[in-house]
Amino acid sequence: MGDVLAENRIFSTVYTLVNDLVPDGWSWVAYLAAGMSIIMFVVNSLMIMATFYTWVERRLLGRFQSRLGPNRAGPFGLLQPIADLLKLISKEDILPRSADRIIFNVAPVLMLAATLIVLAVVPFGRGSYIADLNIGILFVVAISGIGTFSIFMAGWASANKYAMFGSMRAIAALVSYEVPMVMSILSVVVLTGSMSMVDIAEGQALPFILVLPMAFMIFMVSISAELNRAPFDIVEAESELISGYNTEYSGMKFGTFFAAEFANGLVASAVIAVLFLQGWRWAVLPSHLWFLLKVGALAFVFIWIRATLPRLRIDQILGFAWKFLLPLSLINLVVAAVEVLSWPEQTALQQFYMALINWPVAIVSIVVFSKVVSKRQPVQPVVRATVAQEVV
Amino acid sequence: MSLNMQPVTVNIGPHHPSTHGVFRMKVTFDGENIVDVEPVIGYLHRGTEKLAEERNYTQIITLTDRLDYVASMTNNQAYVLSCEKLVGLDVPDRGMYLRVIAAELQRVASHLIGIGFFLQDLGAFGTPLMYCFRERERILDLFEMLCGARITVSYMRIGGVFQDAPVDFWPALRRFMGDIPSYIDELDALISTNEIVLARTKGVSPLTGEQCINASITGPILRASGVEWDLRKSAPYDVYDRVAFDVVTLPDGDNYARYAVRLAEMRQSLRIIEQCVAQIEPGPVRATTNMLFRPPAGEAYVPIEAPKGELGFYIVSDGTVSPFRCKIRGPSFVNLTLLKEMMVGYKLADGIVSLGSLDFNVGEVDR
Repeated sequence: MGDVLAENRIFSTVYTLVNDLVPDGWSWVAYLAAGMSIIMFVVNSLMIMATFYTWVERRLLGRFQSRLGPNRAGPFGLLQPIADLLKLISKEDILPRSADRIIFNVAPVLMLAATLIVLAVVPFGRGSYIADLNIGILFVVAISGIGTFSIFMAGWASANKYAMFGSMRAIAALVSYEVPMVMSILSVVVLTGSMSMVDIAEGQALPFILVLPMAFMIFMVSISAELNRAPFDIVEAESELISGYNTEYSGMKFGTFFAAEFANGLVASAVIAVLFLQGWRWAVLPSHLWFLLKVGALAFVFIWIRATLPRLRIDQILGFAWKFLLPLSLINLVVAAVEVLSWPEQTALQQFYMALINWPVAIVSIVVFSKVVSKRQPVQPVVRATVAQEVV
Repeated sequence: MSLNMQPVTVNIGPHHPSTHGVFRMKVTFDGENIVDVEPVIGYLHRGTEKLAEERNYTQIITLTDRLDYVASMTNNQAYVLSCEKLVGLDVPDRGMYLRVIAAELQRVASHLIGIGFFLQDLGAFGTPLMYCFRERERILDLFEMLCGARITVSYMRIGGVFQDAPVDFWPALRRFMGDIPSYIDELDALISTNEIVLARTKGVSPLTGEQCINASITGPILRASGVEWDLRKSAPYDVYDRVAFDVVTLPDGDNYARYAVRLAEMRQSLRIIEQCVAQIEPGPVRATTNMLFRPPAGEAYVPIEAPKGELGFYIVSDGTVSPFRCKIRGPSFVNLTLLKEMMVGYKLADGIVSLGSLDFNVGEVDR
């Protein structure tokens, strides 16, 4: 029996229940049943939330764009996601003739799986989490990388040039934004002294959005790039690549990508809520509801940004990561490390002192870097017309 | 390790979200960089010029609506001006003023569409587009009051306009004129200083004035390259010689300048409308012509400043009820001439934005 799951209430309840029923030596059945019930619970609740999130996003985008949004199916259009889902399921599943059949089919499943696995280490409320891994945040970063891998699989297997463009862009964006993202996570880890998501949530005497403002900004930007959210949505860039990596997907395979993307948005919001908004702590409501509120607020911010900003170009996005975010995240990490040396206790007062230092540091370094590093360079056309002739 | 890197050719269009209709580009990429562009047109060809030879002169007005379908009023205007020149017809003042008011409203509507789709191509997800559509909707409502139609208006007739504006048109126009400056200021505030818009469009795909003139590019694109050329000033038609307005030019000629010129031109259009509303006097709106318009043999070409550039109908009459030849000089088609020069060397994302900055309309390209 896995130790990481021992503290889980759902797991222990189901395990004891089933273990009493089955004969001796059959406890693996109980283990299986308990594990499956957790999976059922988490997967279904996340998928329902993701479905609901599509409705929220479309309604809010409608409001932002001074139109109504879906409002026909059910009250306030609440059944719209169901209708969309039914349509997607009933549509023909087209496999392009030159597609790599296995990889083409595996990619959407892999993407959804990666999203769901991340949830395993996220604490949803006081004492409720699936597993309290001592390397929780490392696990999150590692598994979320698989999502990009599946984007590449989809793009490659589709045998479509647009999809290929999209997946190549995804790889470039992932490699670039992983670095500042991990650096900003490191400053959180340095402060709390633990990689466990539960410890991180509990180690925040003050929310880290106040204590580590720069880390929050860098993480928010990086996670938008990782999730292909505006203004970094070059992977799907509708006006350029039609739909990017999922151009060739139809029916429920596309639906799986779609669901995974929205679930990704929610999971990322949950991770941000744990890392920077104290997770479920300081709950004035029941802790699960309080956590959901924070997740919802962050998800709203993502929608807000999407409705507001135009898209950046690929070289600007990559340059932004390497020239701007990476140095800033290094400054942030060094400052945080020095502060931890000075105040190892981490009480609310000490974290308040840190915030007092970190805010000026953040403002000064962002202003200085935006003046020095990111001066707008004149766009030079890259003319290499000879390439076409060489190949012919 | 040696990499076998080949340029890859992608068909952008005819069905693609940012080709604004059915326009196709065969684009060769070296990575993300564009090395070659070959525009392919003809997917929306409806044979308007040939159809015109089979219709009588009044029926052709409805064909012109369908050329540049986001600027029908100016299409009407260009056509009827050429017809009037064929017979030397004098149009009553009120008719000319109504034409100019409608044409300038149409210019605002067309530029709103241009800016909206330009931002859409930049990747702003729908919001600027919907804002622009919201304001355009008001203009279409005004058109509906004028002639009953919103898009394919067929408002103008040889010798004037179809009918006088209804009484409730003028208060509605006044309300609109009160609201629209704040709308334009809102767009200006939201877009013009947006850091991402600036980073994406400043200095991208610049065209010099010389290039534009050599390719006979007209309209906002020419003026964005610093050439002060506006047919409303240089060859005034209708009542443009009685109103004061500025020809907006910008020196840069890049994507941002093309956007900024359109924004500024909307304000000038509003100035023109205000003066027209002040100057217009009661009277007939249409000169009396024969039921069946039958011009003497001859030819006429009256270019006008359509929202997208110089638009003109070269009409050759053989004295019958339908023209012998009706050649349409559409700005959208001519403005696409320098597409390759604009796109080669830039990235895919910039190429799409450059295409959007041309604000072309496939209905007019293919005719």
